[in-house]
Amino acid sequence: MKFLVCISNVPDTTTKITFTPDNKEFNKAGVQFVINPWDEYALTRAIELKEAQGGGTVTVLNVGEADTEPNIRKALAIGADDAIRVNAHPKDAFFVAQQIASIAKDGGYDAILMGKESIDYNGFQVHGMVGELLGIPTVAPAMKLDMSGNTATLEREIEGGKEIVEVNTPFVASCQQPMCEPRIPNMRGIMTARTKPLKVVEPTADAARTEVAEYALPPKKQGVKLIPAESAGELIKLLRNEAKVI
Amino acid sequence: MSVLVVVECDGGEVKKSSLEVASYGSQVAQMLGTTATAVAVGEATEANLAKLGEQGISKVLYDAEPRLKDFVNGAYTKLIAAAAQKEESKVIVLANSNIGASVGSRLSMRLQASLATNVVELPKTDGGSFVVKRGAFSGKAFADVKLDGERKIIAVKKNSIEALHEAGKTAQVESFSAQLSDADFADAPKQVIMQDQAGGILLPEADKVVSGGRGMKGPENWHLIEELAKALGAATACSKPVSDVDWRPHHEHVGQTGITVSPNLYIACGISGAIQHLAGVNSSKVIVVINKDPEAPFFKAADYGIVGDVFDVLPKLTQAVKELN
Repeated sequence: MKFLVCISNVPDTTTKITFTPDNKEFNKAGVQFVINPWDEYALTRAIELKEAQGGGTVTVLNVGEADTEPNIRKALAIGADDAIRVNAHPKDAFFVAQQIASIAKDGGYDAILMGKESIDYNGFQVHGMVGELLGIPTVAPAMKLDMSGNTATLEREIEGGKEIVEVNTPFVASCQQPMCEPRIPNMRGIMTARTKPLKVVEPTADAARTEVAEYALPPKKQGVKLIPAESAGELIKLLRNEAKVI
Repeated sequence: MSVLVVVECDGGEVKKSSLEVASYGSQVAQMLGTTATAVAVGEATEANLAKLGEQGISKVLYDAEPRLKDFVNGAYTKLIAAAAQKEESKVIVLANSNIGASVGSRLSMRLQASLATNVVELPKTDGGSFVVKRGAFSGKAFADVKLDGERKIIAVKKNSIEALHEAGKTAQVESFSAQLSDADFADAPKQVIMQDQAGGILLPEADKVVSGGRGMKGPENWHLIEELAKALGAATACSKPVSDVDWRPHHEHVGQTGITVSPNLYIACGISGAIQHLAGVNSSKVIVVINKDPEAPFFKAADYGIVGDVFDVLPKLTQAVKELN
């Protein structure tokens, strides 16, 4: 079974978000980047399934410039076999999806896995675009993934419940918890990751379809209005008469 | 040339988020000098679809094929694409739900359209450009996104647009067939399992949420959360540590890697307010924090707060709501 796992490089989850003075770009200064937490579910599950089957490969794919390589190496340390980096700034979901589809097209992958969205752009878009470009099913977002031969059984989250879906390979799935417990690299993994192949390829010339004109921070809160615990019931009156939310 | 609105239905009813989407779509249609047509998916009744006139929809297309009752990505994508072609729609609006966003991304490739998800405001269309505001960085920022090309797809975030209600207006309901084949149902669900929702209020759709954290001390104390939620007509939720230790099911976990909610009222009980939790709730209109630690970081993001023991405060709040009603 050949897995292709797409990972993106995102600011650490505790990062305070700021922008460049023209508000057109995220300010990367002093920010630590991590593997997108949703993608870690995809990566770990692919490794678990490969181990359970006693064979196969897990290839990691990232669309990004050279500064994403530490996190690609981390994915290799967690247990992926090899990696591909498409050497480009990920302009938008459409651009990224075309790069992934172009790599996947002739790669013979049985499953293309990724996180449900990235925690920076929150698009929830790339998986569907890749599925459509390749003409294969997409299951999004998936909370469980099991494989038996060429059939995958997935649990897809729907509002208020879940669906059990069976699809044949190849397919695309976007992953989320509680699919698995993401792994942390161990020392042996870190040592072997250094020698695993990381191929750098140039992007196809596809353009983007969207452009961020400007970023903005939400308006600052006015500050908390504290109500003494002994007269807690007053809060309910304020929520009705002042905030008008009940 | 009408704006196409995708309306999700469940058990015959139009979902609340779809009433918002219909209102968004009809306002975009007005901006562009055209009308709004809806295409309905899921189980709908003709009477409820006709009522979409109240949200400014003039016509509703409905394919009564029984296999469309549950979400099927392949079939839904084909159906909506066919409706967009019939209506020659340049703008398609859907909900930023698991259904809407899943279909939206496939449709964007099929129809060669640009796509924005997580959209929170009506577009700005000055000078021929088309710009929408969307949430980014897990609710910690917004981005104004310019959508290029002739066709655009917009997925609207729940609770970010007020639904219109023009009483008495009705939409014309037309039966519509996308000529779906068995192959379009290749990814049809084998089984659909609905979870029990406390008080029947669905968390992603809720406009009031009462949420508990580790400060609740254990699952046996959750009745305090449930009683307040019931009195308020709110959904219940929890923080990540609580679902990690199985005090509450995963589908109640709100936060960066859980469900993102944007209700009008979010009441956090015994939750300290880690940045990852805030990311899932900070677009709520009014945030109330109850915590015995006055230094809890959540107070900085709150509109109202009570420094006190949840076991003492929650029954008082429930009592006050009951007295008010």
